[in-house]
Amino acid sequence: MSDWFLIIYCGLITYLTRFSMIALLKKEMFNNRIREVLSYVPSAIFPAIIFPAIFLDNSGSIQLEENPKILAAIIAMVVGILSRNIIATIFAGLASYWTIIFI
Amino acid sequence: MNSNFKIFLKGISDVSPLMIPVVPFGLIFGILSIDIGFSPLATMGMSLIIFGGASQIILLQLFSGGASSLVIISSVGAVNSRHLLYGAVVSEHVSDLKLIWKIIISYFLIDQAFAVSNEYFKKSKEKNKYFHLIGGGFTCWIIWQSTTFLGIILGAAIPEKLGLSFAVPLTFLAILVNDFRKLINVIVILTSGLIALFGYNYIPYKAYVIVAAFVGLLTAYILTKVKKKYE
Repeated sequence: MSDWFLIIYCGLITYLTRFSMIALLKKEMFNNRIREVLSYVPSAIFPAIIFPAIFLDNSGSIQLEENPKILAAIIAMVVGILSRNIIATIFAGLASYWTIIFI
Repeated sequence: MNSNFKIFLKGISDVSPLMIPVVPFGLIFGILSIDIGFSPLATMGMSLIIFGGASQIILLQLFSGGASSLVIISSVGAVNSRHLLYGAVVSEHVSDLKLIWKIIISYFLIDQAFAVSNEYFKKSKEKNKYFHLIGGGFTCWIIWQSTTFLGIILGAAIPEKLGLSFAVPLTFLAILVNDFRKLINVIVILTSGLIALFGYNYIPYKAYVIVAAFVGLLTAYILTKVKKKYE
């Protein structure tokens, strides 16, 4: 049952971040400076998921050798920078990952 | 055709291209959630109640790493802080609406719908333009729920050897694609990523996501300030 509490609380906090500004905001509360800094939120948060998922092994220690995820991520990144295409980035990463582990 | 409905349809067609990556993302979420040990009902519940890909993935990741509820909830809050920005931008366009509409719109205020509706709002002068956001959000809702469901069903059939969990960091990497071209973003990305990587084992309570995000934002704050000075 506690799983459900966790899910509901996470749902609540997600909803509240969406609702609070729409419901309460007076325009002058958010100046351009705050907006500018908030626009960096994706760059500040997603790497915290990306890096451990790529560089850590199952036991949680950093694995730099014989780690196919690193090369696959680099290929995905290069494809992403060149194509600016989300789908192409994901497919390039998965394709190179599978090529490395199955060949 | 009723003009509300017309704008609703416009929202659907505008958001459609952005729905393609949502399909694998939803599948992966469903598969991973079952894999980690959540029931099919709880997995569906997450997609219905939370309705946010990044939040749900963080929940799974921290839950499987044994983080406490408090850390999980605050990490989800940190991930969601970008919605404050969306809300602030959208609020200018919906300030005259009844509360019930604000409640509905908030549920659909997701990355993809915001991205296209924000552009539409800037151009449109119509009073009922908020139906555009509802159209975009609703489309994403349908796709998110159905791919979650498919992932739950497919989960057992997909071999672990495929390493589909690698698609999670890959998806987030893909979202950041345009940020790799900007110097400040790259510095923020490296700062946050390295702190999370090296702090993973040393920052207590699995709070590495919050710590990394906070330092990353602080870095952005300082760098944008410095940049202004020299402009």
